[in-house]
Formats: sequence, C-alpha cells, structure tokens
Amino acid sequence: MSMSAGEEAAKRRRVRDGWLLSAPALLLLTLAAAGPLLVVLVYSFLTPGQYGGVVWEFSTDAWVGILFTRDIFTETMQLADAHLAIFWRSVRLSLLTTLITFAVGFPTAWFIATRPPKARALWLFLITIPFWTNLLIRTFAINEVIRNEGILNSVLMAAGIIATPIQILYTDTAVLIGMAYVYLPLMVLPLFAAIDRFDMRLLEAGYDLYANRWQVLRRIVLPIVKPGIVAGSILVFVPSLGAYVTPRVLGGGKQMMIGNFIELQFGQGRNWPLGASLSMLLLLIVLAALLVYVRAAGKGGAHGQ
Amino acid sequence: MASKGFDATSLPGFTAIAAIAFIALYAPIITLVGYSFNGANSISSWGGFSFRWYEAAWANATVQEATIRSLVIAASASLIATTAATMAALGTTRRGSFGGQTFIYVMINQPLMVPEIVTAVALLIVFASVKVATGYTGLGYLILAHAAFCIPFAYLPIRARLEGMDLSLETAAADLYANPWQTFRHVTLPLVLPGIIAGAMLAFVISLDDVVITEFVKSAGQDTLPTYMLGQLRRGVTPEVNAISTVLLGLTVLLLTVFFLLTRKRD
Repeated sequence: MSMSAGEEAAKRRRVRDGWLLSAPALLLLTLAAAGPLLVVLVYSFLTPGQYGGVVWEFSTDAWVGILFTRDIFTETMQLADAHLAIFWRSVRLSLLTTLITFAVGFPTAWFIATRPPKARALWLFLITIPFWTNLLIRTFAINEVIRNEGILNSVLMAAGIIATPIQILYTDTAVLIGMAYVYLPLMVLPLFAAIDRFDMRLLEAGYDLYANRWQVLRRIVLPIVKPGIVAGSILVFVPSLGAYVTPRVLGGGKQMMIGNFIELQFGQGRNWPLGASLSMLLLLIVLAALLVYVRAAGKGGAHGQ
Repeated sequence: MASKGFDATSLPGFTAIAAIAFIALYAPIITLVGYSFNGANSISSWGGFSFRWYEAAWANATVQEATIRSLVIAASASLIATTAATMAALGTTRRGSFGGQTFIYVMINQPLMVPEIVTAVALLIVFASVKVATGYTGLGYLILAHAAFCIPFAYLPIRARLEGMDLSLETAAADLYANPWQTFRHVTLPLVLPGIIAGAMLAFVISLDDVVITEFVKSAGQDTLPTYMLGQLRRGVTPEVNAISTVLLGLTVLLLTVFFLLTRKRD
C-alpha cells in the first residue's frame, strides 16, 4: 500500500524536525570535538615551526618520524629506538592492565551476578562509585598506598618483611598498578552485564553430565559471556593505551606512555606535526580496536539466544 | 532444583578474589580520606584528627579561585550540553528511523570513542590559532570544550527515559487540541524531566572532573581544581590536596546517589 501525500509530508516533517533538533548538539561537537580532529590530520602533514606551531609547507616527515630519525651528519635514516621503546611500553602495559583487570574482574563480576537481587544492586553500586570518581583522585589514592612512606611499605616494614622501603613509585610497575586500579570498574561492569544474562541452569546441566568446575567454566560459561569479555577488554585497553594522567603521576615523567610523548611534542619537543601524527596513529589504533569490538559483538548477538 | 550443599553457581576462589577486589578498590580511597584529617605537618606520620588541611585549603586564595572557576565552567557547560542533548534526544527518538540517524549517533558519541589526549591536542591546535586571531583568552574556550564532551553523558539518560515513555499521553494532548509547544511544555517535559536532571548531573560531574582537556585548553592563570591539584604534584601529594580530593569525592558520591534515585526503575 503506498503512502498518501499527507502521510508522506508528515514523515518528511518528522525527519526535518529530527535534524533541526539535533543541530545544536551537532554544531557544538563539530566545533569542539570532530572538526578539530581534521585540523590535527592537516597539521600532521606540515613542517614544524622553530618555536612550536607549524610552517605551512607540506611534509611527510612527521609520519616518517614516528618510526625513523634522520642522522643529521650522515643523512641516513635510523630506527627511532626511543620512540619504539615508548610504543612498546604503552602496548605492553595496556595489555598487562587488560589481563590483570580480567583476572580480578571476572570473579568479581561473577560474585556480584550470583548475589540475591537486593544485595546485587548494592554490590553493583559499590563498583559504580569508583567508576565515576575522578580519575586524578583515584590516582592520588593509589599513590598514597605505594609511595615509599605509604601504607604498603609501612605495613611491610612493620611486619619485618622488608628492611628498607621498596621503590615502586616512578617505575613501570607503579603505572601498571595504577592503571589496573583505575580501570578495574570498566572491566567489571560489562562482564557483570554478560554474566547477569547467563542462564545458570546451564551449569547444572553441565554438572549433570559429569563436567568438573573447570570444564563448566571453560566450555560453557566463557564461550557464552564472550561478548562481555571482549567489551570489557576494549573498554580497558583503549583508555590504557591513551592514558596520560596515570603515567604522569605514577611514572614521574620518565616512564612515558604515548599520551605523555604526544604532550612532550607540544611542549619542550616543539614538534607539533610529530605530535599530530602520533595523535592520529593513536586514534587509528583505537578505531581498529572498536571495529574488532563491533564485529565480535555482532557475532555474539547472532550466536546467543 | 540443586541439592542442598552443592551450589552450582559457586566457583572455587571466586568469592575470595571478589573480596580482595573490593578491598583493593576502597582501601586507597579510604587511606586518602583518612590522611586528609591528619594533624601532622608531614604526610609520613599521624598527628591526630584535625580539620587543619581543610582550613588551609579554604583559606588559600588560589584554591578559592580554582573552585569558583571549576563551578562556573561545570555549571555553564552542563547547562549548554543538557539543552543541546535534550533537543537531540527528542530529535532522534520516537520518530521512526531516518537516513542520517546513525551519523547523528556517531557524532554524539564521538567524545566517548576518541582518546582524551587526542581531543586535547586537537583543541590546543585550533584554539591557539583562534586566540591569536581574536585576542580573546577568556573562559569561553573551556566552556565550549567541556560542553562538547559532556553532550554524550547528558544525552544517554535522557534518551533512555524518552524511549521508555509511551506516546499515548502526547497523542491524547494533541487530540484535545493542544498545539505541539503546549504538548511539549505540559506533557512531554514533565515526564522526561527526571532524565534531564540525571543527564545534567552526569554532565556536571564529568566537567568538574576533567583534567586532560582542561590542561591543554586553559590559558595562563585559568587553573581549575583538578589542574591545580595536578600542578601541586611536583611537591608530592600534600595533605591539602587530600582535603580537596575528599571534598570532590563527597560531592561526586552525593550527586551519584541522587542520580541513581532518579533513574531507578519503578517496581
């Protein structure tokens, strides 16, 4: 049945109103979020100015400079070891953070999902509070625990386990502890959502068929909650890779990650185009990770239920 | 049903790990709050319960200015973001799917996907040129930047609220010859208001907490509380910073509790 002229006009009006109502939000986001990203892309193909800023001359040096440095005496290209070390640290620490938060977060999410409904809401609220608490404050809080005169060292010394404080602060370990601490709720929440939908009767079916607990976990639970695992891992991995505050506070400026390295290019480094190309690279990696997530979530949706 | 003594849902060690996780999440925060009441000069010893660091922070003119600046930015940005988000939520729900809707969703959620450091750098580049070109270096840049990244946080609860509403009341109003504006003012708005308040509060908290984008966008002398605290870190975490953190923490918990009460599903 075809639509009457009146119905079609009404539909057109609804669509037009939809765009008009969305226009202020789209304008704000274009001015102060999406639009500036295009400017970064342009800057990544320009030449650095002497005192920061850019010179409007096309150059691919900033992109080449991510991996290579030009030896000014011999004019040869060499792998930029310092850059590679920072990338490797960022990727390694982000993967480790994801693994640690999963190892701790999965049992935690399981525990919450298997409580009676009223208690479940309370436990969930207890995960949500740190989730919404200022990241800087949580980083300060973990700093209080691991610094040389902090609680951890004081307790260990009082117990006679160590004689002198362990230097944790300003090491990779400190950054790792800090990121695992601040991003743990991001792992627990999607895992909880997945486990909450899991039909617990499947466990009994598994046990009835003589599966042991490990087999039940590996063969039944993990495959079904996989979309939650993928979501949690992406939600932890992505902000870890772009982390700025936590490595700055706990790494003390020496244990740089990509985020801090980008900032350096706009400060002392005075190489805005390199900072721009690094930002674009980080964005590309994040978008690739999100694509993996969307595909995995799509598959999970078709497979489950 | 499962026989007594065998709980199919319990897995060995899981409860213990969960207990450790909750302790690990809260112990550092409790430590920080505890230290903020420490009467001693040094952060390495306990000198009895005291409010002295709260008094010190309160009397510090820089902290006062940063607090006011933080509140002005958060209030302006959340007002702008919530208004824009409410309109966008009305524009993207309950009117059937239309071409370009996905584009609008992606644009609105974009700040949640792009790493903060990348947005910060992008705004630094753009605003640096605008500052030179116009000579204006006021708080407008920070308010604009905050309003933009607050939009998705305001949008999501408002949209959730709208999607849960049925259209029959609005249809009834239209049948009773209310014009679209009257319908919106007297029917839609009161119904969606809890979602709008919840969205505004999330936007306020997100703006108040922001460090990275503010650090890159601010002009000289425009510290907010979080960037002031980050700047103080060169001297190590001082008890004064602990006191400010505790106040911010209390404010966040208060707003979140109200948020949960507002968005709680009615049984």
